[in-house]
Amino acid sequence: MIHPAILETREALGETTLFADPSRIVELCRYLRDTGKFVRLSSITAVDWHPSEPRFEVVYLLHSIELNRRIRVKCRLETPGSGTNPEIDSVTSVWRGADWYEREVFDMFGIGFRNHPNLVRILMPVDWEGYPLRKDYPVHGYKYSYSKE
Amino acid sequence: MSKLFEERTGTIPALAETPASPSAPRRMTLNMGPQHPSTHGVLRIMLELEGETIKLAQPDIGFLHTGIEKECEQKTWQQVVTLTDRVDYLANLSNNLVYALAVEKLLGIEIPPRAQWMRVMMAELSRLNSHLVWLGTHALDIGAMSVFFYCFREREDILRIFEMFSGQRMMTSYIRIGGLALEPPRGWEKAVGKFIRAFPSNVDEYEELLDTNPIWTRRTKGVGFLSLEDMLDLGVTGPMIRAAGLKWDIRKSEPYSSYEKFDFEIASRTENDVYARYRVRLDEMRQSARIVTQALEGMPEGPWQADAPHVVLPDREKMKTQMEALIYHFKIVTEGFRVPAGEAYQCIEAPRGEIGYYIVSDGTSKPYRVHMRTPSFGNVQALPVLLKDTLIADSIAALGSVDFVLGDTDR
Repeated sequence: MIHPAILETREALGETTLFADPSRIVELCRYLRDTGKFVRLSSITAVDWHPSEPRFEVVYLLHSIELNRRIRVKCRLETPGSGTNPEIDSVTSVWRGADWYEREVFDMFGIGFRNHPNLVRILMPVDWEGYPLRKDYPVHGYKYSYSKE
Repeated sequence: MSKLFEERTGTIPALAETPASPSAPRRMTLNMGPQHPSTHGVLRIMLELEGETIKLAQPDIGFLHTGIEKECEQKTWQQVVTLTDRVDYLANLSNNLVYALAVEKLLGIEIPPRAQWMRVMMAELSRLNSHLVWLGTHALDIGAMSVFFYCFREREDILRIFEMFSGQRMMTSYIRIGGLALEPPRGWEKAVGKFIRAFPSNVDEYEELLDTNPIWTRRTKGVGFLSLEDMLDLGVTGPMIRAAGLKWDIRKSEPYSSYEKFDFEIASRTENDVYARYRVRLDEMRQSARIVTQALEGMPEGPWQADAPHVVLPDREKMKTQMEALIYHFKIVTEGFRVPAGEAYQCIEAPRGEIGYYIVSDGTSKPYRVHMRTPSFGNVQALPVLLKDTLIADSIAALGSVDFVLGDTDR
């Protein structure tokens, strides 16, 4: 698979990982779907490498039924500065199924997806503070009790 | 309190109306769930209706979110097995299996044939368990009550087999990293054999009960259509996609745990409605029974745990005589074993579709990240498209045919 947005290709344990340029992720995904036949988006997730930089990795798990092949596309995101969230373009225009997966990553890691149709929390309550799957988020949350107003 | 809650969460009242205007007819917003019996758990769907036709369906999930993925990062590798049970209460052995396979991929250990075959057998029994509960409750939703009792009769036998193997009926944690939790119990062949010999005729019984029921066929045929393109685009997997004519089964396309040695067929249909999904699941039950029979007849002899002393707990007897065994036991129990740094994605065909675990290790004795790609999450995502322009009464049949488990969706 050769595309200018692919920075690096790695093979490990029989699995292929492509490292991609985050600013061209939509273009790359469209290329992989149409030319590479990766019709299915299996899932989107993220990994937090706090405190090292680049802190976040957004992982796209793609699958092609026709080729019977799976690949992983990764984008590394820097923390832009204190108090702001990293951002990447949404791939909902390529696969409609990306909608909920991106909402989950936003909910759990606080990674923003530009041009997402409805980027709100999906699993946690809408008024929740913090992003639970970040490594600097304590297991018990920020408060001891949530029962009082 | 309630006002504040509503402001914060944007809760809508159970019933709201938009009056008719020259450009649009009257619309009613109806809140279905989270306690509605036919949503099979705590799923809330906001429906916008024009008369009895659903114009917009908006699922709201997260009521059962327990933060399993976060908790996995706090436990040692072997302890996480108990959490994977709790993801999906009907397919716990499938979740055990996929997690164990993913970690074994990173560890690079070889599982002996007996354990692999035993895993296949348990995964297939778990598929039968799941499909039986699905068939019973789905028929109950549509109004055929007696099927429920027949299905739960057989399910009880399966749970007894699980209890015999692991000591637990539901949260079995039987498949562990490096093999199985316990040696298969004495007389298991007899118990499984007795069940599986009687099972195919039971499936015929369900089929006869439902197919000769005119209400059942009228309420399921031609209902709940969702095109194959939409399914692929929205991430639907499992029996849903096979009922739309695509013969794709991970057991065949990417065989794991020696599935390539078993002889079975992929059940599929082309009608793509609720009835076709029911037929696909019935055929899958027959195929699963075939696989269990083959596993029972051809079960290889040999060890049921891998030869990996740094991962698998040593035999109690060895601990009394061998110092190495005692050291390994102490290390595994106190610290847990370390998994080489790296990442792996492993997927299997669960009763509901593709379960995939994406696991990242940083070389310590705890997982760095465990992401669960659960089939229900992808399947529930398709509900807005599936329910659009259907009648409310049909939506119950369509919802049931998706076969989701909310614990699986929310994790």
